[in-house]
Amino acid sequence: MIRHLICLAGLMALLASPVLRAELTIEINRGADNPTRVAISPILLRSGALPEDVSSIVSDDLQRSGLFEPVDRANMLSYPRTVNEVYYRDWRVLGVEYLVVGDAVRQPDGRIDVNFTLLEVHSERKVFTKQVQGYQNNIRDIAHFVSDRVYEAVTGIRGAFSTRIAYVTAMTDSSQSMVFRLMVADADGARERMLLESREPIMSPGWSPDGKELVYVSFETGRPAIFRQRLSDASREQLTNFQGLNGAPSWSPDGRQLALVLSKDGNPEIYLFDLASKQFTRVTRNFAIDTEPNWTPDGKSIIFTSDRGGRPQVYRQNLASGNVERLTFRGDYNARPRLAPDGRTMVMVHADNGNFHIATQDLITGDLRVLTETFLDESPTVAPNGAMCLYATKRGKSGLLAAVSLDAGVKYFLPARNGDVREPAWSPFL
Amino acid sequence: MRVDSLKTGFLVAVISLMLAACSSTSTQDTAGVSTSDATSLPSDEVATGTVSDRGVSGMDMMGSDVDTVFYFDFDKSILKPEARAALSIHAERLISYPQNTRLEGHADERGTREYNMALGERRAMAVKEYLVLQGVNPAILEVISYGEERPKVVDSNEQAWALNRRVELK
Repeated sequence: MIRHLICLAGLMALLASPVLRAELTIEINRGADNPTRVAISPILLRSGALPEDVSSIVSDDLQRSGLFEPVDRANMLSYPRTVNEVYYRDWRVLGVEYLVVGDAVRQPDGRIDVNFTLLEVHSERKVFTKQVQGYQNNIRDIAHFVSDRVYEAVTGIRGAFSTRIAYVTAMTDSSQSMVFRLMVADADGARERMLLESREPIMSPGWSPDGKELVYVSFETGRPAIFRQRLSDASREQLTNFQGLNGAPSWSPDGRQLALVLSKDGNPEIYLFDLASKQFTRVTRNFAIDTEPNWTPDGKSIIFTSDRGGRPQVYRQNLASGNVERLTFRGDYNARPRLAPDGRTMVMVHADNGNFHIATQDLITGDLRVLTETFLDESPTVAPNGAMCLYATKRGKSGLLAAVSLDAGVKYFLPARNGDVREPAWSPFL
Repeated sequence: MRVDSLKTGFLVAVISLMLAACSSTSTQDTAGVSTSDATSLPSDEVATGTVSDRGVSGMDMMGSDVDTVFYFDFDKSILKPEARAALSIHAERLISYPQNTRLEGHADERGTREYNMALGERRAMAVKEYLVLQGVNPAILEVISYGEERPKVVDSNEQAWALNRRVELK
């Protein structure tokens, strides 16, 4: 009887407990050697308060990029809101190179207009003035818009602060069994949302090129199967249900096909799946493992992992001609390749003597460079502007996400407060 | 299927599992553990316990004492001699009493996840091929790989990795 009561109490607790989220935080490890000193003067409403602090979000964005060193608000000598209120001397003494001033206005219909100006302190020059409009519930979008414009004006590279990341979390619940979740968050880890929850593994999330859908592998049927799911309304469709492997889906750049892996014909092979006609076309024919396909940006070739040479290495196959060439030769394990937007820089998992790290390889010169020094690094994914690479690593017994710039100069972690985080996938520009 | 209905499905599954646990009256806490009363032990004797070299033996015995978990070397799918011996006994049983059997392949956490899915499948296929060679009907054997997604031991060292590179007969 007591046993029954305890069980019942456990049941009630389970029903009442809120969903335990992974909740990503940011931990900066290393920035660029000569970051640009920048100041974001507080961007406030003339009357009333905004639910989130726009200037802090912009400061955090720029700092995380590693290319900027934002001035602490406490050290600012004045808080100008407009160009007319700026005393350049106040900023020169702080060594500030660029200053952002801005002003928020709430319109009668609730819309919030933010006017912001980027100033170059040394030359006392206005770089631009822009306006962004939003609402009370998307202040973070307004802030990331500001960050994107400032970043681009100073670095010449398009900002990717308004993008998102997808990832998988795994944690044990109160009954000690595993719970897997497919999550989406802003690129800074904020506004985490759950797309799918399962007692069975979830793997290999990947974005559609329009950023509106995800493909992934779910074992919810008792076997691996590939699904697509729309972010806006959570509608989903099971795409494959074959004996054996159904894995590693990768959306083609034109959005019409998936490259994926099936072992229905005896061993893992790469196939193309036409989303409209639902037809499969086999790409590889080899007795070895062929897996982890990824498209070249022109959509003409697939790069993938194969152990046809004895150990896992990266190969490229032209889809029209069927010609295959081996791309990697250094190290005894090179796998899960992804191409940066330039189509030339490949990121992958690279191991030499059993140490798994993230490496880049220049597909023209062949130069290989190991970017990370963390433990059991895997699943690299490149930001759509090609500046940063997000990957999964291990610290103690738990998995967490980490980021490294493609020149290895900038490094930060996104540790989770709870559970294991793995398999990040960076969205395209949204 | 929508997420909501999926979540409801889970909850139903979880609740039924918990209710099942509630209705169980067995005292599983003490199963497999033997205790001795210290006062009954003569003063000139000691009590000893043994620990098997393997560290782990098959948990699901399928009504016999034969191993149901088989281990592999890193990035390899070659059956070890002790696995072949145990699988021969399973083969005899499955020939005499055919029973649908899942061969679940697993990998350790090193290396990439989808490659490890392929590796887990290759290991489970090696077990299937061996059983079929002994005369087991392939139609009753289902191969499924979990890659590195379902580790037996959650840790990052050689010992944990060795126990996670496995095929389980279920």
